[in-house]
Order: sequence, then structure tokens, then C-alpha cells
Amino acid sequence: MGPLVDLDGIGKDYTAGPEVVHALAHVDLQIGVGEFVAIVGSSGSGKSTLMNVLGCLDQPTRGTYRLAGVDVTNRSADERALVRNRLVGFVFQGFNLLPRTTALENVELPLVYRGVPPRERRQRAEAALERVGLAERLGHTPNQLSGGQQQRVAIARALVSEPPLLLADEPTGNLDTKTSVEIIGMLQELVFDQGITLALVTHEQDVAAAAPRVVTVRDGRIAADERNAAFRDVRTEGA
Amino acid sequence: MRAALAAVRVALTSLARARLRSALTVLGILVGIASVVVVVALGEGASGKVGSRIQSLGSNVVYVFDQPQYRAGAKKPRGAPAGLTDEDAEALRDGAPSLAGVTVFSSTNALAITSFGNAKTMIMGTDREYFPVRGFELATGRIWTLAEEHSKARVCIIGPVTATRLFGAADPVGRTLRIGKHPYLVIGTFVPKGQSPFGQDQDDRIMMPIGTYRGHVQPTVGRRVHMLMASAENEDLSELAVREIESVLRQRHRLSDLAEPDFVVRSQEQFKQVQQRIVSVLSVVLLSVAAVSLFVGGVGVMNIMLVTVAERRREIGIRMALGARPGDVRAQFLVEAVTLTLLGGAAGVALAGLLVLGARKGLGWEMRLGPGPILVAVVTSLAVGLLFGFLPARRAASVEPMEALRHE
Repeated sequence: MGPLVDLDGIGKDYTAGPEVVHALAHVDLQIGVGEFVAIVGSSGSGKSTLMNVLGCLDQPTRGTYRLAGVDVTNRSADERALVRNRLVGFVFQGFNLLPRTTALENVELPLVYRGVPPRERRQRAEAALERVGLAERLGHTPNQLSGGQQQRVAIARALVSEPPLLLADEPTGNLDTKTSVEIIGMLQELVFDQGITLALVTHEQDVAAAAPRVVTVRDGRIAADERNAAFRDVRTEGA
Repeated sequence: MRAALAAVRVALTSLARARLRSALTVLGILVGIASVVVVVALGEGASGKVGSRIQSLGSNVVYVFDQPQYRAGAKKPRGAPAGLTDEDAEALRDGAPSLAGVTVFSSTNALAITSFGNAKTMIMGTDREYFPVRGFELATGRIWTLAEEHSKARVCIIGPVTATRLFGAADPVGRTLRIGKHPYLVIGTFVPKGQSPFGQDQDDRIMMPIGTYRGHVQPTVGRRVHMLMASAENEDLSELAVREIESVLRQRHRLSDLAEPDFVVRSQEQFKQVQQRIVSVLSVVLLSVAAVSLFVGGVGVMNIMLVTVAERRREIGIRMALGARPGDVRAQFLVEAVTLTLLGGAAGVALAGLLVLGARKGLGWEMRLGPGPILVAVVTSLAVGLLFGFLPARRAASVEPMEALRHE
């Protein structure tokens, strides 16, 4: 079985007026099943673009992207939506929960677009929220939840459709230190104990330290891809 | 079906978040839909009513009215009779072969008195042919005889409404009523006919022989009558009947083909056309109002939906990141637009219901708010929602999730 993520010569250009910006120049990257990879880089390095390509939110200009053995480059908008729905779960910096919508309904959303019948949808969403320790908060709307709780709802939403790949974009960027550690601990649990594959974009050394493998992006290229000497397991610290 | 219901629920939830805005948008649609419903209700009711009222005149009736000419310097030809007379009716019986019957008619309003009560009602003089020509049927009693007609006997036949007003629940046949200083014997009553197309209650009247009328109720010079009525043999002959009547009367009144006649001939078909023209003009006016207000309301819906899409770019981005296809997003916003217009349609039907009720109670207009107008309202609302929701929905579907999610 090949790697879950296989980027081969991926490039992404943007035209900004007369200039062409090479957001990604040339990226080869493989991520195996069950890996936890931190993608680090300064702002403008291209790590966000890489993240968008990984999540099928953006199409690369060059190269081939195989996700779970399927070539997902040059797909129609509908097919990319299907890939996002089935193969990828997103956790964002700003949580991106629907406002004035309960935690349960937020978590149900990916299943709605998958055509899962309401009863099953509800059961699976409840199970996912239970998994992130929010069984008591099903009916709460985002503004009734703390930042850490909102991010846990977002994680439950990313997990509910059981995608092979979880993408986290600065998941602790809007959280205080203590809550950050909780969330990182939870993500580590998902990878190390439950076999999820996680790619996490961050610019914080502390957060990157949670991943056994760190990929550094600079000027649209992978500048370093190494085992993490500073790796720290925080699974027990947050509890 | 379940998916559609779920989509409607999502739409209702997001509309409920901007209640005032949604309500104002609905208001824009409401007026348009209400006008459409009223037009259809009017059309359905009016055509039914025009038909039945015209039918109540009798079958293929042709009317001849007196139309005096008082033009300066234009003297009446010597010896020509003034107005319409019994002799004109006689001439038509002989000279117009397409006619099945001819009758005369004069009327006035007067007070009728019995021991039970008084009633101001229409008193009319006519002859026995009136009944078949106008399609009146006896309910009780009998029609006056030819002998009674010639002897100016003081007998009369009264309408069901008049009967109630003058005799209460009692059987009027065989009783007498008084008009002026003369008593009249009631010999019959006729079957109710309802309103005439001219808005008269045809059931409230006292009929008597024309001679009796001229002799006792309204003394008249010579043998003049107010009106002649004739019935054509059948519908196809009614146009021919009009021409025959004109030609016979021109001869009798000694008018050349070019002279302005001193009478007017109108067929039942012509009345019908006039009434239908009035209804169709009214419909066109109302439909124009409806079209304009639906357009304005639709633009309002489009406006609000565009604002909504702009405000909810992030939501759209989230949904797309979670696997919503562009088509799903388009459907969501189309359903929202259609929900708005359907709410407007429902409110419009309610308003139209009040208007129809008011028109029926206040103006006595025959209007029906049946399944037809409601179906039209639903279809129209749906069409307006789809038409004006299309552009905003397409814009929502074209949102790039990556860009929508990038900024706070």
C-alpha cells in the first residue's frame, strides 16, 4: 500500500496583476497512513497554499496529487467537493463553525452532504461529540461555548465522516496556552491511539514539537523534512 | 422529498435570523400575488356570473329601446308615430320571420298596498308573450287570458319577493293588492330568476296586462310602450333578427336608410360582449399592477438574496469545505428565495381573500377564491422565486471556499 498523500512535483502560480507569483515552486511530499506531520514555515512561505492543495480547496498548476491512491488533480468542482467530503477533515484556526447552529447540527453537516439519513446522522454526530468530550454540549451554539470547546466541536465535525486524512490549519492560533495544550493532546491521541493521519500547519515551535515529523516550507519549496528532535508527547499533560 | 423538506427548514431558519428584512421582502411579493389572485378570482366569478345573468334574460332576446331625436331643425316626418307602440310590435310579428315572439313592456315604480303591508316595487305592463320571450315561468296560479288582456281586467302576477313583502307567508293567489286607488286581483306568482345583468332584482315586480297598466297605473297617450322585446328563433338568427327589426321599424317610422333612427336595437349577445369587455379591461388593469409589483417585488428578493450571499460567504466556504457541491449551495439559496416568495404568495392569497370577501359583501360582486386562483398564486410565487433567486444562487455557488475561509 502506497502513501496516503503523494505530491509529485506540485506547483501553484497566482497571477497578481502583471506579475506571476510562484506560491508553490516544486513540492514532492509523501505522508504515510498514521503519520503526524507538522508543516512549518514563515508567513508567505507557501505553507497555506500547500494546505489548500492537500485539502482539495485549491488546484495545483503543475504536478500530480494522489490521495489514498486516487489522482485528485484536475478534477471538477463537484468531484473535489466529493473528495473533501469523503477523504479530508478540516480543523481551522478560526474554528469555522456555523453561527447560531447547535454543536450537533454543525457536526452533522458533512453527513448531510453525504446523504446520510437523519437518524444515523444524529447518532454518528453524537458519537463524534462524545469522542471529544462534549456529550453534555450537544444543543449549545458556538457563542455558548469556549474557544477550546468550539475547536473540539470542529474536530468532531472533521472526524464524523471518518476521513483518512485530517488537516489542521493553525488549530491553536486563537486559543490560550492551556487550551492549546489540551487540543494538541487530543490531536496526538487521535493519531497515536486511533490511527488517524494528521497534517498540521503552524508557525509555532511549541505546536510543531507535538509532531514526530516536521516539514519546513520556504519560498514554495520543501526546505527540510526531518524527524523531530524536540518531539514532545503532551497527551497526559492537558488532562 | 425529505431532502427538500430539510432544505426548506434550513431556509426558514436562516430567514428567521433576519426577520424584519425577510418580512419586508415578503411584503414586496404580497401585493403582486394578491393582485394576480384577485384577477383570477374576478375572471372566474365574473365570466360565470355574466353568463348566468345574461341567460336569465331569456334565450336570444333582442331589445328595442325608444331613442327620441330632438335635433334642431329636424322635424319628425308627418304622420310618423311617436316612440314605440303596440302597432310596432304587431308589425314585427308579421314582418320579421326570424323572430319567435314579440312582446311590449312599460314600467314604473309605485307603492302597492295590502292589509299585510306596503311595498314600493316595479309595476309593469306587458302581454302574454312576455313570459316565453323572457323565460319567466309560473310558480302558482295562472297567466291572464286574452279576454282579460283585451278587457283591461285588473289582474296581476307577482314575483316571489313581492309576494313575501305584500303577503308574508300567505298564498297571494286569490288575494287583492291596491295600487293607487284601484284594487288588483293576484292570479299567479312566478319562479325566482335572480338579478338581471343590469343589477335589477327580477323577482320583485308586479306584472299586469299592458292595457290595464295604461288604463289604471300610468295613463299613456295612444298605445305607446317603453320597450319592445323579441326573441330570435335561435342563437344563429339573432343577428338577422336585429337587422329585420331595424328594417321593419325604419319602414314604419318612415326613416330612410341614412337617417338617424329613433330607436335602438340590442341583442343579448351584444350585452354579453359589453359586460365581458368591462371585465377584461378590469383584468388587464389589475394584471398590469400585478406584473409591475411582482417585478419590483422580485427585484427586492434578488437584492436581499445578493446581500445575504455576500454576508454569508464564510458559511458558504465552510459548507463547501465540508463537501457541499456548488449545486448544493445553489439549491440552498434558490430554496431560500423560493421560500421567501412562497411566504409572500401565502400572505398575498390571504390579502386577496379579504379583498374578495369585501368585494362580495360590499359591492355584491360575484368572485370566487377557489383552487384555481390559489394554484395560480403558488405557481407565480414559485416562478418569481426561481427567476429572481437564480442570479444570487449562482453567485453563491461560484464562491471559492479557499478565499471565503481565508479572512476573518
